[in-house]
Amino acid sequence: MTLMTAMATPVFIGVVMMIIYSAIYFRRTGPELVDGPPMLGNTPVQVAWIGISAIMVLFLAVVGIATLASSNVAQAVGAPGRSIGQSGGQTGSGTAGGSGSELQVQVIAQQWYFTYRYQDYGGVETTHLYLPVNRPVELHVTSLDIIHSFWAYQLGVKADANPGVDNIFHVTPQKTGSFQVRCAELCGIWHGEMADSQGRVVSQSDFDTWIAQQQKDYAAIQKAVPSYAPHYFPLPLTKGS
Amino acid sequence: MVTADFLSERRMTIPNNLVTAILFAIPAYFAGVWLGNLFGLNDDQNTGVIIGYFFATGAFLIGLGFLNYPLARLMGWPVAPVATTEPNVGVGRFFRLSLDHKVIGMQYLITILVMLLFGGIGAMAIRTSLLSPNSSITPPGQYIMLIGLHSVMMIFITSAVIVGPFGNYLVPLMIGARRMAFPRLEALSFWVVPPAAVILAAAVFWGGFPTGWTGYPPLSEQAGQGMDSYIVGFTLIAIALVTSGINMLATIITLRAPGMTWTRLPIFVWGIFTTSILGMLAAPFLAVALFQLALDRTVLTSFFLASNGGSNYLWQNLFWFFGHPEVYIFILPAFGIIMELVPHFARKPLWGYRTGVVGLFGVALLSWFVWQHHLFVSGIAPVLRPFYMLSTELISIPTGIIFLVTLGTLWRARVWFTVPMLFCMGFLFNFLIGGISGVYLSDVPTDVTLHGSYFSMAHFHYTIMGGEIFALMAACYYWLPKMVGKMLSPTIGRIHFWWMFLAFNSTFFPLFIIGILDMPRRVSAYDPALQALNTWVTVSSYFLFGSMILFAANVVYSLFFVSRLAIANPWHARSLEWQVPTPVPEHNFERVPLIVAGPYDYGLPNARPVADFGGLVGATSGG
Repeated sequence: MTLMTAMATPVFIGVVMMIIYSAIYFRRTGPELVDGPPMLGNTPVQVAWIGISAIMVLFLAVVGIATLASSNVAQAVGAPGRSIGQSGGQTGSGTAGGSGSELQVQVIAQQWYFTYRYQDYGGVETTHLYLPVNRPVELHVTSLDIIHSFWAYQLGVKADANPGVDNIFHVTPQKTGSFQVRCAELCGIWHGEMADSQGRVVSQSDFDTWIAQQQKDYAAIQKAVPSYAPHYFPLPLTKGS
Repeated sequence: MVTADFLSERRMTIPNNLVTAILFAIPAYFAGVWLGNLFGLNDDQNTGVIIGYFFATGAFLIGLGFLNYPLARLMGWPVAPVATTEPNVGVGRFFRLSLDHKVIGMQYLITILVMLLFGGIGAMAIRTSLLSPNSSITPPGQYIMLIGLHSVMMIFITSAVIVGPFGNYLVPLMIGARRMAFPRLEALSFWVVPPAAVILAAAVFWGGFPTGWTGYPPLSEQAGQGMDSYIVGFTLIAIALVTSGINMLATIITLRAPGMTWTRLPIFVWGIFTTSILGMLAAPFLAVALFQLALDRTVLTSFFLASNGGSNYLWQNLFWFFGHPEVYIFILPAFGIIMELVPHFARKPLWGYRTGVVGLFGVALLSWFVWQHHLFVSGIAPVLRPFYMLSTELISIPTGIIFLVTLGTLWRARVWFTVPMLFCMGFLFNFLIGGISGVYLSDVPTDVTLHGSYFSMAHFHYTIMGGEIFALMAACYYWLPKMVGKMLSPTIGRIHFWWMFLAFNSTFFPLFIIGILDMPRRVSAYDPALQALNTWVTVSSYFLFGSMILFAANVVYSLFFVSRLAIANPWHARSLEWQVPTPVPEHNFERVPLIVAGPYDYGLPNARPVADFGGLVGATSGG
């Protein structure tokens, strides 16, 4: 984003200067209508303009693709001063990448809240997202009803939650702290309220304590929860909500 | 024979106008609802409502008299020649089926401006709601209804706001034709728009629809009967896009006056030409998607339901495969207007005419290869994202050409700073910001943060409102003297420009910041920390609305309170449409003119007048 701003600023200032310059210096001064010089075009100028814009665009595209490939997304994304995560980008549905060391977390969206299942901890389902610091996480985002979008701004994660789709996103939290989770895809009347400010990145030991507590708290409910799956089709959709 | 004569006599005595059309439409709606509910598979009335809307639209068109001519031909009744089907004078002609492209252009303009008022009121209601960071001013259900109505109404408007009024009115005049190629198709492309707007507004009675303009299933399958308004209204707009696209292309290709070579074609006509290609080819994809959605909602197919083997990605692909060319349907005619107006006021030839045309075609071509940039975070085909990032960024090259051509034309010019010229300058500034912010969104890593936030919302308002609507204003101030015979007041016009320009930027620029500070689109509740910025935006938006009221006041004042008529060519422009008298005669040109020069040959030492009117040049000086 910084790079793009660095490139966009001179373009913006240059074009605006030309507009203002034209408005001031190429203004008609007398009361009569005078024709300007009949310039029909200038091939070198046109070639230069198109060439320079092409070079800038290709440069941006190359940098963008390189960033995508280098799993360095959070830094490029910026979120100045507020970023606590380094996201490795999305690898899309069905391609479970990464090594076994990644913490597997399933994000389940439904109208109008997110829940989370920790596959490595007996598939316990929690109402808030806690992540241990400095440990790579593989998020599996899915939905039970309609399209939502899981947006954790400070982690640099945005991934759509589609019913029947396992959308995978990699992220490594780098600092402890709290983050906001909200829905970024219009999902019905309470879309604006589909947010949770209690996301936390905590130390590994705090995480172990927390997850043990969750497993204990939800032990009774856990029996009724369906076993872990990449996606779920709980209910036929009903109309006229 | 006696029977035929009797019927044709009686046919002539039925007046076909807006009143008969509405009288036909209302019972047809109820008949459709009854029929649909009779055969509908569900008890949710969706079938009835959809069939009711289509019946009403069909009856509306029949009531207007669309079938009179084909029926008469079918039955062998005597048929009047095209031009004399109905009297072409008086205010009444605007409320009837007219085959005169000038009447259709004015009908379009009035309809669109009325729709724009309603869309604007929706925007004001949305902004008012956002004065509060929670849902205390409007409940979330109402808020989401406002979002849907504002967005879809504005999409209807912006699809047609330039091609409809100015394309229909001006293209024949600019190419030296006496009519459009298919006048009935042209009338159809207009007369489906008012039913579309009414059907969309009817969603209010069903509680609106919750999906915004994108209509993503499964949310749109879960929604109530308001969604049927979206389906039928948008289908009618798709019909308008296809019919007007075919008609414009046929007109421009076949009806150019002798001597109107492709390189003498005004650049505005090129803008309409490229737009028409996009409209004709893209709208069918929308119609298909809407048809599938209607089937899902009525006869319980599952094109978009993953639980029954469908996929909501199908909708997203079809919708955006239409949707991205669609946004260039908005902006290409605006490019055409800017490049058309600047030479006339710079008093210089259009600098790099051919490059400009290539730029228009470049944008039109590339617009087909970018649609998945709307789906960067959807989880679909991640390996393709670099391609869509590149293709999206490539569009800035032909767009840059538009700026090059305009700035080159201004270079060393003798610019006459009229109100339309001010709006052209405003367009350049706003669209520059809109375009640059688009490059941010095209970049996948950046898009992960900005996607679906107020940043993207600010981006497309900068391109559509700051771009297309500013071009619309330039066009109104420039061409209304020809279309209505009165100059709009330049004093009010200057105030209007500066007021609108400042209010627009004050409204939408802070939205970029709000977006970077992580406020998602389409929410009625947001982080209270952002309330100050949102209040600023809301107050600015009231000023922006006020500037539009000032424009309306200027139109009313100049039309009804200024008696001085505009002269035939108030801008001393060279192009063909200004060489005909005001008001434009019924058949535009007494004889088809012979085009002998280009429209922008200002300052050329031995430039000839643009056309030879066959000895009737003297008639053009009359007011």
